[in-house]
Amino acid sequence: MKTTLGWLKEHLQTDATAAAIADRLVALGLEVEGIENPGARLAPFTVARVIAAAPHPQADRLRVCQVDTGAGQVQVVCGAPNARTGLLGVLARPGTTIPGTGVALQRATIRGVESQGMLCSASELGLGDDHDGIIELEGAPALGTPVAAVLGLDDPVFDIKVTPERGDCLGVLGLARDLAAAGLGSLRARDSSAVAGTFASPIRVHLQFDDKGLDACPYFVGRAFRGLRNGPSPAWLQRRLRAIGLRPISALVDITNYLTYDVGRPLHVFDLDTLKGDLRLALGHGGKRFTALNDKEYQIDDQMTAILDDDGLLALAGVMGGASSGCTEATRTMFLEVACFDPIRTALTGRKLGIQSDARYRFERGIDPAYLVRGAEYATRLILELCGGEASELVIAGKEPEWRRQIPFRASRVQGLGGVAVAEAESVRILESLGFTVTGLGEDMLVTPPSWRRDVEGEADLVEEVIRVHGFDRIPPVSLHRTHAVAAPALSPAQRRVRFARRALAARGMVEAVTFSFLAPEQAALFGGDQPELRLANAISAELSVMRPSLLPNLLAAAGRNADRGYPDLALFEVGPQYRDDTPAGQQTVAGALRHGLAAPRHWRGGAHGADAFDAKADLLAAIEACGGPAERAQVAAEAPAWYHPGRAGTLRLGKAVLGHFGEIHPAILKAFGLPGPAAACELFLAALPELKDRQGRTRPLLYRAELQPLVRDFAFVVDQDVAAEAVVRAARGADKALIVAAGIFDLYQGPGVPEGKKSLALSLTLQPTARSLTDADLEALGAKVVAAVAAATGATLRV
Amino acid sequence: MDNIDALRTEWLERVAAAGDAAALEQVRVAALGRKGRLTELLKGLGAMGLEERRAAGPALNGLKDAVQAAILARQGVLERQAQGVRLAAERVDVTLPVEYRAEGRIHPISQVTDEIVAIFGDMGFTVAEGPEIEDDFHNFSALNIPPEHPARQEHDTFYFAPHADGHRMLLRTHTSPVQIRTMMRHAPPHRIIAPGRTYRSDSDITHTPMFHQVEGLVIDKVTHMGHLKGCLIEFLHAFFELPDVPVRFRPSYFPFTEPSAEVDIGCSRKGGELKIGAGDGWLEILGCGMVHPNVLLNCGVDPGIYQGFAFGMGVERVAMLKYGIPDLRTFYESDLRWLRHYGFAALDQPSTQGGLAR
Repeated sequence: MKTTLGWLKEHLQTDATAAAIADRLVALGLEVEGIENPGARLAPFTVARVIAAAPHPQADRLRVCQVDTGAGQVQVVCGAPNARTGLLGVLARPGTTIPGTGVALQRATIRGVESQGMLCSASELGLGDDHDGIIELEGAPALGTPVAAVLGLDDPVFDIKVTPERGDCLGVLGLARDLAAAGLGSLRARDSSAVAGTFASPIRVHLQFDDKGLDACPYFVGRAFRGLRNGPSPAWLQRRLRAIGLRPISALVDITNYLTYDVGRPLHVFDLDTLKGDLRLALGHGGKRFTALNDKEYQIDDQMTAILDDDGLLALAGVMGGASSGCTEATRTMFLEVACFDPIRTALTGRKLGIQSDARYRFERGIDPAYLVRGAEYATRLILELCGGEASELVIAGKEPEWRRQIPFRASRVQGLGGVAVAEAESVRILESLGFTVTGLGEDMLVTPPSWRRDVEGEADLVEEVIRVHGFDRIPPVSLHRTHAVAAPALSPAQRRVRFARRALAARGMVEAVTFSFLAPEQAALFGGDQPELRLANAISAELSVMRPSLLPNLLAAAGRNADRGYPDLALFEVGPQYRDDTPAGQQTVAGALRHGLAAPRHWRGGAHGADAFDAKADLLAAIEACGGPAERAQVAAEAPAWYHPGRAGTLRLGKAVLGHFGEIHPAILKAFGLPGPAAACELFLAALPELKDRQGRTRPLLYRAELQPLVRDFAFVVDQDVAAEAVVRAARGADKALIVAAGIFDLYQGPGVPEGKKSLALSLTLQPTARSLTDADLEALGAKVVAAVAAATGATLRV
Repeated sequence: MDNIDALRTEWLERVAAAGDAAALEQVRVAALGRKGRLTELLKGLGAMGLEERRAAGPALNGLKDAVQAAILARQGVLERQAQGVRLAAERVDVTLPVEYRAEGRIHPISQVTDEIVAIFGDMGFTVAEGPEIEDDFHNFSALNIPPEHPARQEHDTFYFAPHADGHRMLLRTHTSPVQIRTMMRHAPPHRIIAPGRTYRSDSDITHTPMFHQVEGLVIDKVTHMGHLKGCLIEFLHAFFELPDVPVRFRPSYFPFTEPSAEVDIGCSRKGGELKIGAGDGWLEILGCGMVHPNVLLNCGVDPGIYQGFAFGMGVERVAMLKYGIPDLRTFYESDLRWLRHYGFAALDQPSTQGGLAR
């Protein structure tokens, strides 16, 4: 919504500056997005008089003008046909930037004659397309004064963001009313008193709606005009429309646009000579095609409110008129439409057809249903003033819809909800100045909102009206009372775990990414996704059209982008959602981590290696451990989803629950993402970890420290190549669960000395004696038990 | 006794002259070994007369002790010398680089969310969550946004294809559905924040189709606009770590709050650089208001008894403002250089008592 200061002051008697008005509009909830004074760029241009215009000695079409600037005399070479002695014009001096061209004016010698300035045309000032000559000012403005004021351009333009419930502020009148209530001046009324019709309208209006469509247009006020002269509108009106960005067309059309912005009352004017028979408003003209005023064709459906005559469709109610019945400069008779159209139908029609118009914008936000007759009278006065002619009696169809409703209001709620003490009398004053009617007192008030405030529905709305006019800045801030002297944890155990996983992976040198929850369907399919219910119906692009089934595809794609930029070695992770279906339970929080290229870089001490399954396994275990999960108790199975390398990936389970997967990425996946590899990844399903209890206490079991020193014994076993190391370890530990407190694999060997198809695993067991020191015999017996247990479980033999 | 003195001088010189451990051992054997010179002299004491022995005994024993001490001392010197030689040979180039240990990074969205949780946690809020694939009821209707409402158009909602029964799911356009889920699941009072992913079908220089919000909800019997102001002003001061940054509340409109406000913080744009703090400008930072009675009713909460406020804030926006990150779109590019530059160390856990940022 735009207005100028001068326009606003026609509704509001005020001495306030533009800045003060802007501040107050913001405080009222009418956000001022900008104030621009078109006069500001014209500041260097001044009024000057040509005191002598002589022919240029070297050029027939140029004139050498002596110009009185008000502070002296300058010589200007001018090519305009109307440059003549006595002309009052607009002078620009060297150094001034010409708005029409954007170029700074230079001192120049034109065909041997010096020119010390320029007499400007309207187009050079950016004020129109008039190329015929330089501006001729009227009246007797003082020489040397800035021309902006003389041209009526020294009028700041406000650009105001009106929130969707405040349709009333899409007219200058509404803005003025709010400002007046806030004490910034007093409201001035437009003259909307009745104009007596001099003849009966030749056409009538019929609202032809069945029960379902009654609300489409409950009320219609029309009026016929004859003897009109529809030329260009006067300068003041053109200037006003231009100031807010509208193009003047003709007086009749300009008046409809003017009332739309002046009082928020959209109008439509039909050329009466083009109409056949009465006007009818109805639904159910589906299938018709319609050429609107913008010369585009639209397909109409059964839910759109149509305005028709005997020949067919004339206009889409509240959205746009038709090309065939529009007013032109030749229009002599006209029918004025001032109607009340249903906001929802208007919005749907506009949205379906993709038509945005000033009328639609206002109807869908709700116009004042009690301002039809007065709006018609105000429009009539302007039409008669600007176009002459005479007006018929009013044509009225339907009736004013009931808008009056009483809202109970307790004065105490201003403090109770609004948090600020406002005297009851002041609350009432504010409401009344906004047009509300208040009866009763104290806790028993009844408030009737004005016809233009359909947004006000309940007591809370009334509190808002009072405190926004009183000022949100006057509400004293109050700290929330503390519910606990010491705050309880904000995070649940499960939420804390998400944070632990994230920071554990970062602590392992990985970099956290946040990627979109949607991706390309072919990528989703590679990871078991792309179910129909997870496809967006209105995606921004195919690349972002399906909810992700895994975190890995986005990380792989990110790895590809980084590799392309010259950073192939990376460790990226994300902790976020993946989606199995469209139910709340189908969304899982997952920690996904990907290493690509070198997991350890080249170093002078060696140790460089490409990312492999054991990097991924370490990442997964670290995350589980950080989450307080039982990394120790989890079982590893040599199986994983299809996006992993089938021989170099595993799944971690706790009982039946899958905690996560890890392993090298399948070469086919790498190829699909254009990655050179190597790459290894893991996925941790945080919800699968055993629930952490919100424990009452944090006591740990007492520490037991054995008095005797632990011993370490090493064993080397030869087993079949496909025997899992974990099976060997588990069997060894099982040989004496009390004595063996730790076990580890410290060597893996295949080669000379070990038969083909076999491998040697070196195992170190930590023994913790408790009652007494172990004797050689004890150790020998234990060794035998270990060897027997491992042999029984895995077919291993002791390597000798 | 001249003899003793001469012997002392002679043996001490020989000890001092021993150049290495082997030479010193030779001297020791020659002096104190079983057939050593001094050993022989001490053996000779037995053949002496009483008087003579009384004079020679202490002298010889003193000589023996002195030589023994000298040998020990020389031994220490020689050992230190040998160690010095060995250590000199063991020198390494200490300017060589240590093993590279990659430093991980936390994404600014996670870090700033943790900061926000720390502050509201201190004010007694707990963190609530809800699904991102939502239904119309939780995302719109329950929030007092009926199907025809113009506000719906501004949400640019992502929809999924309709199910066989006609209902269709959507991606939540804000974190506000968590308000609804919280109020429907638990009885008041409520004091929650809900950080999370949100989606709107919008993509340009200042919009990404996915972004993050933090929702806040306080419902009890007494909370009014003054508390809303107090809570958010205190949050903003703590979050930006600028106790004097001006905060402005101006009336606005949201279907789910009444009264509604938008919150601006002061800033300056001197020299084209945006700086949060007292200045000539204002920056919109979040939306808030008192929960609309219809929303309470929709959740089965009696608006005659309970009231409170809600707010919603863009995580990326406050992250950009606090840490001077210029471009929203870069948050989702996963560019290693960006993540390393704008990311945070794993150990930088924000807290109100330990500080929000390093």
